[in-house]
Amino acid sequence: MPKIKPPVRTPHIDMTPMVDLFSVLLIFLLLTASFRPQEAAVITTPQSISEKQAPDADLMTIFIAKDGKVYFNIDNGRDTSTHFRSKLLGKIGEQYKITFTKAEIAKFGTMSSFGLPIKDLKTWLNSKDSKEKEKLQTGIPMDSTDNQLAWWVREARLTNVGAEVAIKGDADTDYKLVKKVMDLLQDNKVNKFNLVTNLQKEEVALKDLPPATK
Amino acid sequence: MAEIIQEEKGKKGGKRRPKKHGTRIDMTPMVDLMCLLITFFMLTTAFSKAKVMVITMPEKDNQNQDKNQPQISAFRTLNIILSEGDKVYYYIGMADPKKPPLPALVKTNFSKDGIRKILLDKNRDLFTKIAEYRDKRVTGKIVVADTTLENEIKKMKRDDKKGPIVLIKADEKAKYKDIVNIIDEMAICNIASYAIVDMSPIEKDMLKNAPK
Repeated sequence: MPKIKPPVRTPHIDMTPMVDLFSVLLIFLLLTASFRPQEAAVITTPQSISEKQAPDADLMTIFIAKDGKVYFNIDNGRDTSTHFRSKLLGKIGEQYKITFTKAEIAKFGTMSSFGLPIKDLKTWLNSKDSKEKEKLQTGIPMDSTDNQLAWWVREARLTNVGAEVAIKGDADTDYKLVKKVMDLLQDNKVNKFNLVTNLQKEEVALKDLPPATK
Repeated sequence: MAEIIQEEKGKKGGKRRPKKHGTRIDMTPMVDLMCLLITFFMLTTAFSKAKVMVITMPEKDNQNQDKNQPQISAFRTLNIILSEGDKVYYYIGMADPKKPPLPALVKTNFSKDGIRKILLDKNRDLFTKIAEYRDKRVTGKIVVADTTLENEIKKMKRDDKKGPIVLIKADEKAKYKDIVNIIDEMAICNIASYAIVDMSPIEKDMLKNAPK
């Protein structure tokens, strides 16, 4: 008698539910997340209990790195067709008698934070080598003879009138430098700052009150 | 990669029907692709938006600065001086060279029993009021919206007449995080009025002689 062979079948797992699950996850991620913008310097922000969220548009940010370099960033506005960045570059160019080509202006419009003297801006925009680009980022000069940061802030305020100002300073920068930036902002009639911080929960309840001293 | 699973042919029955074959698509590559996409998005996106702490500075007006100096009662004033190495000093009242003796600087720190204890002690009335209000809300004795709660707390802070007026001063060597920390303490302790001001020369002298 011949043996009865069970039919050989490869086990087949139905992947459809898995695909469904992944699709849902993917759509969720796409809808909830915003892209992490590329930043010119690594900055560790100090911690605070503040739970207020930073505005996601119409924001001008001044980065103060640990090594004392100052970077600047402004977004294109809530309505991206306004192209605030490109307009700003045009104005700054006029101010410093530098003419930027259309391509350079368009490129600047899509970039994010930068920290370099205006005279290097053209080289930076045209450079393709990322290492060379990094070398050019020496911080925006803000000494009293040539206060370029003040110009950026002033022109940015004129370009996007509704922009709020955020200061993203490294926890270990000297207060002296932060104060200098704040003074500069106050000279440009900015009196309300958003200090970018990391959330750290801390609460004090009634029972934590120290006993009354009479 | 569509594979067709063929069913065993039944030999029974004379009629030959065209076989129904269910087409089955192999989903594995699709799953792979999805996995890749998800990993990519996970790595490139920022989930939590940055948090900010809003501070409003008094307007700088160089012309009539001296005339409009607000008068603040000395015994309500608490001066906090921040210095190198996260050191915190404080003194109460005003340092006026014309009216000696100068108040002594007391050294403290950012810990729970440091500056917070002093602030809480000074701000006892307002803090209790706000904390009680919050507790009531948590236990369900009063039901209010978040905005009402905020407004109510703002009102309490405005009406407060006993709490300290904190003047925050930082010297050249203080770090940025010290300033953020101290403003944070103000928020934790519900201090109604505080300001960041410049240090006076007397205070600089006092700091030199302060306990290290």
